[in-house]
Amino acid sequence: MSSVSESVTKDALPIAVSVNGVTKIYPGGVEALNDMTIQFPKGELTSLLGPSGCGKTTLLKIIAGLLAPTSGNVTVNGQPVTGPGKERAFVFQDFALMPWASVLRNAAFGLELQGVPKSERNAIAEKHIEAVGLKGYESLFPHELSGGMRQRVGLARALAVNAEVLLMDEPFSAVDEQTRRKFQEDLLEVVADEEKTFIFVTHSIEEAVYVSQSIALLLPRPSRVSEIIRPDIRRDISPDAIRRDPVYLDIVERIWQSLRTYVE
Amino acid sequence: MKSFFINPLILRLLSVVIAFGIWEYLGRIPISPAFPTFLQTMSALGGMIADGSMLAVYPATFQPLLIGLIISSILGIGCGVFMGLNAKAEWFGAPVFIILQSAPLAALIPLLTFAYGIGLTSKILTVCIMAMPVIVLNAYSAVRHTPTSMIEMGRSYLGSSRQIILKIIIPSASPVIYAGLRLGAAMGFIGAILAELLITPTGIGDLITYNQSIAEYDKMYAAIFSIMVFAVIFIEILERTEYIFFRPDKRVTQ
Repeated sequence: MSSVSESVTKDALPIAVSVNGVTKIYPGGVEALNDMTIQFPKGELTSLLGPSGCGKTTLLKIIAGLLAPTSGNVTVNGQPVTGPGKERAFVFQDFALMPWASVLRNAAFGLELQGVPKSERNAIAEKHIEAVGLKGYESLFPHELSGGMRQRVGLARALAVNAEVLLMDEPFSAVDEQTRRKFQEDLLEVVADEEKTFIFVTHSIEEAVYVSQSIALLLPRPSRVSEIIRPDIRRDISPDAIRRDPVYLDIVERIWQSLRTYVE
Repeated sequence: MKSFFINPLILRLLSVVIAFGIWEYLGRIPISPAFPTFLQTMSALGGMIADGSMLAVYPATFQPLLIGLIISSILGIGCGVFMGLNAKAEWFGAPVFIILQSAPLAALIPLLTFAYGIGLTSKILTVCIMAMPVIVLNAYSAVRHTPTSMIEMGRSYLGSSRQIILKIIIPSASPVIYAGLRLGAAMGFIGAILAELLITPTGIGDLITYNQSIAEYDKMYAAIFSIMVFAVIFIEILERTEYIFFRPDKRVTQ
């Protein structure tokens, strides 16, 4: 297990997002997060991985400013989060595309809400639609696209606002397995190309190990960060070779051993 | 040949032809001397259109109908959207409109006549009390059922409350709001005719009661038939405006 280093504190990477002692109790008394502290290094993709009920999505929505923590705080580039911000963009599990708007308008919608003039925002959106591989589909409506293509529109919308931090809430869970694999490969390219920080919620161990520079393993009851794993798998080999790489398989197995006691 | 029979246009036409065929057959039995055949009714309709007696009465019917529907739509959608957005308005308004929707509102017409006389006001109010509850309740429930993730999307991309309401909630609610408008318009037609039958005989209501009283049943049915045709055309036009203004995506699937 020499390829797995246990800690991020040794790294010199600056911190983009810092979650400090965050507790979230929903109205009705359900405790989703309890004194959670975790840091996300700049320019990396960090996965939040854990069984359902461990508060991954709650944590992501608190970072997004969509939910207020009951106590504790979140800072992005040192600035405390009080609500949604320009430096963060969200990719939704159910895509959250507007069915009445074309691919182009959906991808440009973040800019539209910011008041960017139409020609300018469309030009920016077209560039990102091309980057996610949907060139030629600009005038179609979401219901004319497959699930995988819809999430590409969701990703283009998030990239178009040029936020430093991308928050992805199980973005591939509503996408079929083949599309999902292709999407994971494409995501790696996006992460390499864009100098952005990605926080990626998933419940798939393989997905987390494949796409992440670092994995925060969350455990429920009480919810906590059990460990941070850096899967230093080789990226210079083909995607199929990675999926057969013993290092990759060892990490998947090790995470499964940690999680299995929590799965009913 | 098979595709000919599952063509939606052919199927719709077929259902109309069958309905009229049954009408013609029942009229020829005859089930009642007061029940003319389809063809008799159509020829009476042709005659009434030709001599101008049919179209002359419509302005009188359409005036309270259109004024009532415009008031109901604006006020109804306004109330409904506000109730959907604001919990206090919901507690205050929802019970009133739920009761109004299930109450036999025709029973209130004598009350309206006492209060507002037999003129235009009473007729407009009759249209409104018939049409408004369903418009309000549909708008309210459509707004309440906007997908959470869509609103979160608007918030996370820094939309103002105004932008979220106008660019996300209203378009997302528009299919159900329009369904309410179509039902409301249908109720409004019923209200307009009820007002003409129960308050003072004017317009198409007059044509129906008058021809009934002199036993010209083919003309009476022609009058009823004409108002039904108008109602269908009106509701169809309403549906088109939705596709044009709010839901271009639906035009694609049409």
